[in-house]
Amino acid sequence: MTQQLASRPLKYYGEGISYLKRMESKGHLVVVEGPDGSGRSSQIDLIVSHLEAAGHAVITTGLKRSELIGAGILEAKHKLPLGKKTLALFYAADFADQLEHKIIPALHAGYVVLADRYIYTLMARSSVRGISRTWSHDLFSFAVKPDLVFYLDVPPEELFHRVFQKYGSLDYYESGADMGLSDDLYESFVLYQKGIAKEFRAMESKYGIVRIDGGRTIPEVNSDLQRRIDEYLRSPH
Amino acid sequence: MAKKVARYPGKLIVVEGIDGSGKSTQLHLLDKWLRSLGLNVFFTEWNSSDVVKEITSKGKKKALLTPTTFSLLHATDFADRYERNIAPLLEAGYFVLADRYVYTAFARDVVRGCTPAWVRKVYSFAVVPDVAFYFRVPPDVAMDRILEGRPKLKYYEAGMDLNLSNDEYESYRIFQSRIVDQYEEMSQKDGFVVIDGTLDIEEQQNRMRKHVGKLVPPKTPPSIEMKEAQPK
Repeated sequence: MTQQLASRPLKYYGEGISYLKRMESKGHLVVVEGPDGSGRSSQIDLIVSHLEAAGHAVITTGLKRSELIGAGILEAKHKLPLGKKTLALFYAADFADQLEHKIIPALHAGYVVLADRYIYTLMARSSVRGISRTWSHDLFSFAVKPDLVFYLDVPPEELFHRVFQKYGSLDYYESGADMGLSDDLYESFVLYQKGIAKEFRAMESKYGIVRIDGGRTIPEVNSDLQRRIDEYLRSPH
Repeated sequence: MAKKVARYPGKLIVVEGIDGSGKSTQLHLLDKWLRSLGLNVFFTEWNSSDVVKEITSKGKKKALLTPTTFSLLHATDFADRYERNIAPLLEAGYFVLADRYVYTAFARDVVRGCTPAWVRKVYSFAVVPDVAFYFRVPPDVAMDRILEGRPKLKYYEAGMDLNLSNDEYESYRIFQSRIVDQYEEMSQKDGFVVIDGTLDIEEQQNRMRKHVGKLVPPKTPPSIEMKEAQPK
């Protein structure tokens, strides 16, 4: 890799961050979206190894990982139920913290940033809970527009088995338990995940989300993802 | 903000102004008065949600918050109080008194560099208050009231994150006067009832009560009837 990395202005979904207007990017932002059990983390590990072997500097980031408030979100969840707008804003604050302290500096320095989930999960969760899509879109108008966004699509029935095998239980919010969809946990989980999947379909064209069949084996999904990422990295930007 | 379409039975009364403008004193007196009339009153204050407090104060101590994160944490705090208290109590017919409301965010976040349109959209779920009082005082007067005892100013309170000055008192003065500019700009657009904060405390309170009196139902409290209805 002798090629000099080209600087280009950061692209945002909306107005962006006015006090960072002159910040440029030499890196790439690749997002992997998908529900728990869709194989996101396994795929991200494989992609990191592959890209690093190819000589790229790689950094990973994910929701709930911000040093500042990540832990607080979990605590608050357990103490008392939060309203849906409160929760949406809390996640947005956490995301903003990571965006400005981690993602943007890494892009500026020329890293490939692999994001384990991004604003789309947050928007989907809000939308199934009745928050307007327009409000969420406007809320995240400060978010950097990724270069690639993948969504690992796995049928909810299959997800249920994977999650149960891995954790032995279901996450409260990930199964939509706060929404009172059904007394039956399995049914609630399936209904909730179907709702989330529907939101992702609705977002596909607007945000350029590439749906990947996550029902295949890990190596199969990986070669599909890797091919698309390599293609993108080889193309002129 | 949400238009005044779906009216709730309660009343929302808001005070705004910079630190030292006297707004909290005035709201306190208004609170006492409304309670003395037998009305159900709820008081809420900016940046006071238990859920968010711990996390914000941690971040504030570290001086790590960027303007966007800072803005969103305050919005989280507001949303929690809004969803938990303000909205349900307005539905239940309360007089909700808010010491600072969304206009504080509109002023401070914009001074910190957030896009005005963005901040307004973030808070678009909040209802427009029935009355928003703005306590206008010459910035120097308000700041002298605050700085009189040379208090220890907090980092963000003094606007130190904006690199206005290395001296925290000087920074505070510049920051506060920029916030005043934002309030003045909003005053007309958002229909503030302006109270001259240099008047006597009683005179200011009389003016407030005149406005709020229009919102008080003519027939007062059910509490008397209830007492009468109770068998001895």
